[in-house]
Amino acid sequence: MSKFFIVLIGMSVLTYLPRMLPMVVLKDLKLPPFFKSFFEFIPFAALGALIFPGIISSTGDEKSAVMGTLISVVLAFFRVNVVIVVLGGILGVYLYQTLM
Amino acid sequence: MDNNAAIKERGLPIIDKKSYLLQGVKSGIPIAIGYIPIGMAFGLLAKSLAIPNYVSILMSLTVFAGASQFMAVNLISIGTPSFEIVLAVFILNLRHFLMSASISQRIMKGLSKKWMSILSFGITDETFTVASLREDRELNPMFLFGLNSIAFAAWNLGTIAGIFVASGLPESIKSSMGIALYSMFIGLLVPSLRKSMSVCIVAVLSMLIHTLLHYLPIFSGLSSGWSIIITTIIASTAGALLYPKGVYTNE
Repeated sequence: MSKFFIVLIGMSVLTYLPRMLPMVVLKDLKLPPFFKSFFEFIPFAALGALIFPGIISSTGDEKSAVMGTLISVVLAFFRVNVVIVVLGGILGVYLYQTLM
Repeated sequence: MDNNAAIKERGLPIIDKKSYLLQGVKSGIPIAIGYIPIGMAFGLLAKSLAIPNYVSILMSLTVFAGASQFMAVNLISIGTPSFEIVLAVFILNLRHFLMSASISQRIMKGLSKKWMSILSFGITDETFTVASLREDRELNPMFLFGLNSIAFAAWNLGTIAGIFVASGLPESIKSSMGIALYSMFIGLLVPSLRKSMSVCIVAVLSMLIHTLLHYLPIFSGLSSGWSIIITTIIASTAGALLYPKGVYTNE
């Protein structure tokens, strides 16, 4: 009982601090250009790392994941709405798994 | 209220608040599609590991971090000491430090610290990437609030559904929905790859580094939290060295 609360409190504080501190401390700070550029690249670097290689093991089998990935990439290439990209990816995996 | 004041200061009409909020909620729809089944999986797992329902619900409400919560309930169930659980969760979530620092540069200037600390609670891999890839240079706080809110609601509804609707989704649907958030990341990244050479270089480099850290045996001791942090820092540094004036200077 008390262990649950210790873990809950510890987790909520220690997941919140890394989210909160930079935003509150850095918000109105004038950064040197190098760091501005560094921070601009973070979303793209993070996206690369978040997508690959995790996507390959996201559906339980690699072939259906590759299928879903290809469909998502093609849809995204034509700049369709992200919701459609997501539904297309899910549908691709579903069809591959049920039909193949 | 602070936000209200901040927006008034900037001379924006109040009516815009609603439309920004709505835009945020709309942009969060793909996140919600991904969060609901993962939230359900979390609720189900926690229940199957004999974690009391109120603990899993409180965890989703106060921690709001998918991978960390999965790890935490697993560690609790095998009797890991509290300190070790909290430390492991801290390391796994440390990547949000980088994301928070990055997005701090994009939020409307002059916003109060109170408002910033509320918005920062909603930073996840998904809300961060969706917000960061918006075209507007300056992010409106109401947009972020709407985005974070739908993501938070989906995560908690998913958790509750997983706990109380017991059975969960059929296996075939569950496994195909596993790709949802990855597809969303692709939907965000690919259009930017088309626009900018610097983005291409950084994203491809990041995938390469992350793959090496993942498969090379010498890095097998590296936790997934650290490998995302290391990859992000190296790839962004490379980007900043190659393009010191920023992402969009090469268009």
